[in-house]
Amino acid sequence: MSNPPNTLAPSHQDLSGHDQTFLDTNELVLNMGPQHPSTHGVLRVVLKLDGEKVLGTECIIGYLHRGVEKIAEHRTYAMFNPYVDRMDYVAAVSNGLGYCEAVEKLLNVEAPPRARYVRVILTELNRLASHMLWLGTHALDIGAITPLFYTFRDREEVLKIFEKYCGARLTTHAFRIGGCLYETYEGFEREVKAFVAFVTPKIDEYEELLTTNRIWVERTKGVGVISGKDCIDLGVTGPLLRASGVKWDLRKAQPYAAYSEFDFEIPTRENGDTYDRYMVRVAEMRQSLRIISQAVEAIPEGPIMAKIPKVIKPPVGEIYHSVEAPKGELGYFIVSDGSTQPYRVRVRPPSFVNLQALDKMVRGQMVADVVAVIGTLDIVLGEVDR
Amino acid sequence: MLDYFTSYLNSNTTPGQAGNYLWALIYILVIFAGISVAVIAMNWLERKVLAHMQVRLGPMRVGPHGLLQPIADALKLLIKEDIMPDQADKVVFWLAPVTVVITAFTVFIVIPFGPTHAVTDMNIGILFMLGVSSLGVLGIIMAGWASNSHYPLLGSLRSSAQMVSYEIAMGLAVLSAVLMTTLNGWGIYGVSQGGVGTLSMIGIVQAQQQQGAWFAFKFFPLGLLALFVFAVAMVAETNRAPFDLPEAESELVAGFHTEYSGFRWSLFFLAEYAAMIAVSSIAVTLWLGGWLRPFSSFHGPHITIPYFWEHPAPMGAVDFAFSLVPALSFFALAAFAFIGTMRMPKHRLFKVQTLGLGGFGVVLAGIGLLLLVPPVRDRIQDIFWFIAKVSLFMYLYIWYRGTFPRYRFDQLMKLGWKVMLPLGLGVLVLTAIVGVIL
Repeated sequence: MSNPPNTLAPSHQDLSGHDQTFLDTNELVLNMGPQHPSTHGVLRVVLKLDGEKVLGTECIIGYLHRGVEKIAEHRTYAMFNPYVDRMDYVAAVSNGLGYCEAVEKLLNVEAPPRARYVRVILTELNRLASHMLWLGTHALDIGAITPLFYTFRDREEVLKIFEKYCGARLTTHAFRIGGCLYETYEGFEREVKAFVAFVTPKIDEYEELLTTNRIWVERTKGVGVISGKDCIDLGVTGPLLRASGVKWDLRKAQPYAAYSEFDFEIPTRENGDTYDRYMVRVAEMRQSLRIISQAVEAIPEGPIMAKIPKVIKPPVGEIYHSVEAPKGELGYFIVSDGSTQPYRVRVRPPSFVNLQALDKMVRGQMVADVVAVIGTLDIVLGEVDR
Repeated sequence: MLDYFTSYLNSNTTPGQAGNYLWALIYILVIFAGISVAVIAMNWLERKVLAHMQVRLGPMRVGPHGLLQPIADALKLLIKEDIMPDQADKVVFWLAPVTVVITAFTVFIVIPFGPTHAVTDMNIGILFMLGVSSLGVLGIIMAGWASNSHYPLLGSLRSSAQMVSYEIAMGLAVLSAVLMTTLNGWGIYGVSQGGVGTLSMIGIVQAQQQQGAWFAFKFFPLGLLALFVFAVAMVAETNRAPFDLPEAESELVAGFHTEYSGFRWSLFFLAEYAAMIAVSSIAVTLWLGGWLRPFSSFHGPHITIPYFWEHPAPMGAVDFAFSLVPALSFFALAAFAFIGTMRMPKHRLFKVQTLGLGGFGVVLAGIGLLLLVPPVRDRIQDIFWFIAKVSLFMYLYIWYRGTFPRYRFDQLMKLGWKVMLPLGLGVLVLTAIVGVIL
């Protein structure tokens, strides 16, 4: 059986070598992806295996590269807004929130309170949708097929609210620079409250299937362990960081939108393994529901759009603004040259940075764990490649 | 010739024992057709049951409630292009599915659907079954090797390791059931009659009949534990969830049959389901009394029913009541079909489907009526109860698949060697001790 030709990057040439291993057998280089059922899109991972044990990995990305950052340089600030939805397409609202707030900061305007509350509600709904999709696909990777259908059933309710609010379900383009374009529809509060009441017991339902399931615990405990220090060194953020015991959440650390006005907790766990990340994300879903129900009770009256000029022309300068997206810190670095188009937009995508931890997490583990770890990283390739 | 044909009908043995090759051939053809139909039915049931567990409907388009979906799938597979990878080992690649199918179907020779409803009764029946069914792994290894590709290779390596480890636990559980055919104990457990030891499948069921207890409930809880060990090992043996590592979709794409498509792939599919039915049959035969109906030692007061219902031999009331169950269950199925017919949308586009479902209900009711006719009723009893018990295990297979995540390879090995093997060994030793001393 011949190995594929060596096309790896120079830094990973060791992956294609033929070292002698246990029982003097050759290593197996397995090319996983870009077409593979559980690489969550078009991620290609080259695995070096000794039997079932992983000796090393290399991620090859770029199969979904669309040049989003370059496109920004040829669009006006408002025109670029829908493009950011296409990065992390399962959490499009969070992407839009980060971009709009960054431009607002550059313009030195602030969205009115009502807009900020609507933003919080929609962003947290989106966090729920993103975590539900993650839970379903992650469980599917580990072999439990049923949670996928449960989570998709409940995610549908979130998408229905999005559809009623702005007409789109996935790439919503819900927010505009300076606030929101649309006033909430008739019965918005009622439907959001109904959704919270509907989904709270459903989260218990997911937990019933998985949390104490012996096979699930065995498959996830002690798998893909990463320490808090390693997380910080690699720049890993989001639930991964919090599952390793670091209490860092941008919603608390540097509150944006209206987050400083709500009472919620940051769930953390100590071990930093796949099981803890699962527990953290499930706890986050509950906290999101808490925020939503607080926000929908206290939603203020008033305008939903700030007074901003028709032609957005920020002053010369640069800004970095980051929000806590469902997957971690999503940052926008925007350089303005005073024209109607940004000089440069650099996105700090959580998926891309978190993916760096893959190699550290799977070395020495089994092939099946690679799939579990890719699932627990919660990557979206649209965001990794941009 | 006619004598040769009819003489068997009056005999009291299986065709194999009677040396009647014509009837043996008929039995083989009937079983082959029956298993193929069962696989098709199982395919539909699995999709429907799994779908309803997962809050969806499953196939609904092809035929009423998707009843014709498996047939459509089979047709699609048959007319697909036959692809053989360029770098594959052609002969082995061709041979692998054939091996798997042959071994999966050969075991049905010794499975007793009734006291005489088996192709043959070997005195080493259970050994033959275990031996032949474990040959199936050979086909899987061949498939993995011949594909000349990484995923199939890893899949077949996994399956060989897995099958070898679980075969031992399985064998130990089987041994304890075989021990039970001969051991009677001193009656502490209320089992007064012991039989002669036997490995014959029919003999094992007859021993349960004589002792008046299914082996699952003999030497409580030893029989149940042995059944548990077997039930776990048989899931691993047939590569089904949660032990479906060799074809773990999310890891190894499709495992050992990644490179197979069309009819060759469908042979693997057929073999997998046939093997599931086969191992379930072993479990039913060894622990759940094979063809015996529940409470088979209670007959009730003798009754005579005149006219149509007349029975040649004297019949107990309980016997009579149980003899109506097959017909009643078909009536129940027919009733479900009729309810479904009534709930069909009243729209002209659904006319054909509604008629089809109604017709299906009529067919089911007709079968139910046929099963009421005394000669048919008496001959179908054993087969009905056997199939009912096997269906229970088949349902369990689907249930597991809807509930459990997949084990990892090393955890599977750990479970096999560190839990199942000691448990099986312990049950075997305890059965021997309890049987001889207590």
